Amino acid sequence: MRHETVIQAGQSERHYWLDLWNYRELLQVLAWRDLSVRYKQTVIGVLWALIRPILAILVFTIIFGRIARMPTDGDAPYALMVFAGMLPWSFFSTSLADASNSLISAGNAGLISKVYFPRLIVPIASLIAALVDFIITLMLFVAFMLWYRFMPSWKIIFLPLFMTIVFMASFGIGTWVTALNVKYRDFRYVIPFMLQLGLYISPVGFSSNIIPQQWRLLYSVNPLVGVIDGFRWCLLGQTHIYWPAFVLSVSVTTFFVWIGIRTFRKMERSFADLI
Amino acid sequence: MIGCGMSEIIVTVEKLSKRYLVGHQIVRDYQYTMLRDVISREVRTFARKTTDFLRGRQIIQGDEIEEFWALDDVSFDLGRGEVLGIVGNNGAGKSTLLKILSRVTEPDRGRAVLRGRVASLLEVGTGFHPELTGRENIFLNGAILGMKKTEIRRKFDEIVAFSEMERFLDTPVKHYSSGMYVRLAFAVAAHLEPEILVVDEILAVGDAAFQEKCLGKLNSVAHSDGRTILFVSHNMAAVQQLCSRAILLRGGRIVGDGKASEIVNLYMSRGISNGTSLRDRKDRITTGDARIVEFKLCDERGVQIDSVSLGDTLRLVMSVEFHRPVINGVFGVLVHSMAGDPILNLRSSHEGIVIDRSEGRLTVEVVVKEIGLYPGGYTLSPYVSDEVRRIYIDCVHHLSRLWILPARGKYVSLRLNSSLGKYFVPSSWRMVEFACQDSGPADKATANTADGI
Repeated sequence: MRHETVIQAGQSERHYWLDLWNYRELLQVLAWRDLSVRYKQTVIGVLWALIRPILAILVFTIIFGRIARMPTDGDAPYALMVFAGMLPWSFFSTSLADASNSLISAGNAGLISKVYFPRLIVPIASLIAALVDFIITLMLFVAFMLWYRFMPSWKIIFLPLFMTIVFMASFGIGTWVTALNVKYRDFRYVIPFMLQLGLYISPVGFSSNIIPQQWRLLYSVNPLVGVIDGFRWCLLGQTHIYWPAFVLSVSVTTFFVWIGIRTFRKMERSFADLI
Repeated sequence: MIGCGMSEIIVTVEKLSKRYLVGHQIVRDYQYTMLRDVISREVRTFARKTTDFLRGRQIIQGDEIEEFWALDDVSFDLGRGEVLGIVGNNGAGKSTLLKILSRVTEPDRGRAVLRGRVASLLEVGTGFHPELTGRENIFLNGAILGMKKTEIRRKFDEIVAFSEMERFLDTPVKHYSSGMYVRLAFAVAAHLEPEILVVDEILAVGDAAFQEKCLGKLNSVAHSDGRTILFVSHNMAAVQQLCSRAILLRGGRIVGDGKASEIVNLYMSRGISNGTSLRDRKDRITTGDARIVEFKLCDERGVQIDSVSLGDTLRLVMSVEFHRPVINGVFGVLVHSMAGDPILNLRSSHEGIVIDRSEGRLTVEVVVKEIGLYPGGYTLSPYVSDEVRRIYIDCVHHLSRLWILPARGKYVSLRLNSSLGKYFVPSSWRMVEFACQDSGPADKATANTADGI
């Protein structure tokens, strides 16, 4: 017999990660669907992925750079510094917003109650779709660098590392919130609010160097702080990373990945009954 | 070929059980509610929800929690090439069983072993996205049903040909009619090649001709390819046509297992009564002013029956208790086909009968002579309603089943095709004009058949 499936209470626990691998084609297809649907009914399509960050950068540069006259990192132009911070932030906020609604969205809720597959695929697909947006924005960043005639340093080779960290942060918080959102729909209202606040709490529009030294460590409990610092460090190559804060951010990220997977797996079995 | 493969067990289900928790809102009899009571109740419920939340348990809305077993100790084996029909009332556990077997939800007890690739079709067009085109949806839906991309590409032309939708392949499916939608969706599903196919009620959608095509496809899949199929349907004709064997579920338990035709008869003969008497049934729409306490199906001599032949006389007897004065009361019976389509509304006011009644018990009888319902299963829903306000005073939906048998006597030669009609009405025909010029042979042929009537 080629293939045998055993169904009993607690069975799905055992082959979970293997199943996730077996369903990789579905992951691809769902990510592709999320992407093509997102821009299908818009007039200017993918341009939205460019317009959103440009407008945000413009606003932050004018408010924080020109009006509040906050210092930039080293001698990088203020707009470029904001952009380097906006890269991970916009990935984080898009993926978190999409992932948290992914299971209860009209397109997927039907799937969950009708077809079996490892449910983790759904939030991961939203993350991958957001990753494509990130790459488009990254290309825009390169264009900005050329425009400012700004030469990146060798540290740019670390970019994939920081990308992985922000991916993990989104993944951890995303899966955690996604799972909770299925059961407690209150989270649907909490997430946009949290993201709105987060944009100002995280050092997106300003450099984290302006935070007083004694508060710096506490500030870095926000996992995005370490990631944004990291992006600026490797893309602009001007400042030093405040390592204790960076390590703390990474630890918080790791914690979220752990609790995210744990909560998701624990609640996953009841998803079909709850949706 | 099928016969010798029977010994090989493909599906084993052992003592499968699934429990759900449901919350009830306590309904108070009196009209006024003390604010104090409401607050204390809300506080209690909130406290319970909070502790549940903290302990990571499921939160249930309502004041009282009750557990109920949607599936209770279900066991059966299935051999290669067997087609199992699963029949039962709504809420009997059919869908829960299929959901467990397609791994959408987990059982609480028991186990099942499926030997081979499983594809489940709990819904036609699962995951179709309205913004995507037909072509894109074929790939999306295929992937969701577990096909590999290469497999979809290989069968793409075949799928498109089966759906007969070549022209609309690049149109977003939101512009499709529901018929086109189902057509495309079934075409994808029909090209799955699993060893085990789990199918739920897919024939309830689409037009009759297409249903026929789907049924034919399923039939060929089962009989020529030796696939094992589990098939849930309310369409008893489809179950009898497709399935070799059937099980009857009631209240989550198997109450019958045997040849499809026997199980269908068993299901039909027991009616839909779920054990409680009509007087005590809770699943009714009612104002409380009146209550239907008895409903009988009889033949012309008054003998209680559950089936009649087309062309026979059917008598329905309904007893109603009135608890409060009712004015403009109307009696009626709705007749639905097994697929759930309304077919007839027998209503006393159509014959000029509207009653004003204060209290007590009243029994009415309605007689339908030469009933013309096409052979098949029907459900009857007796009701008492308010002719002026147009609301149900009391109604029990799908209370009884009626089985119409093929015609006897003078109607025996009727050719009734339920995809072309639902109700037989006698009609008289005569030749009005027959012009015979120097016509071709084709015209003569039509004239000859017409002559035959």
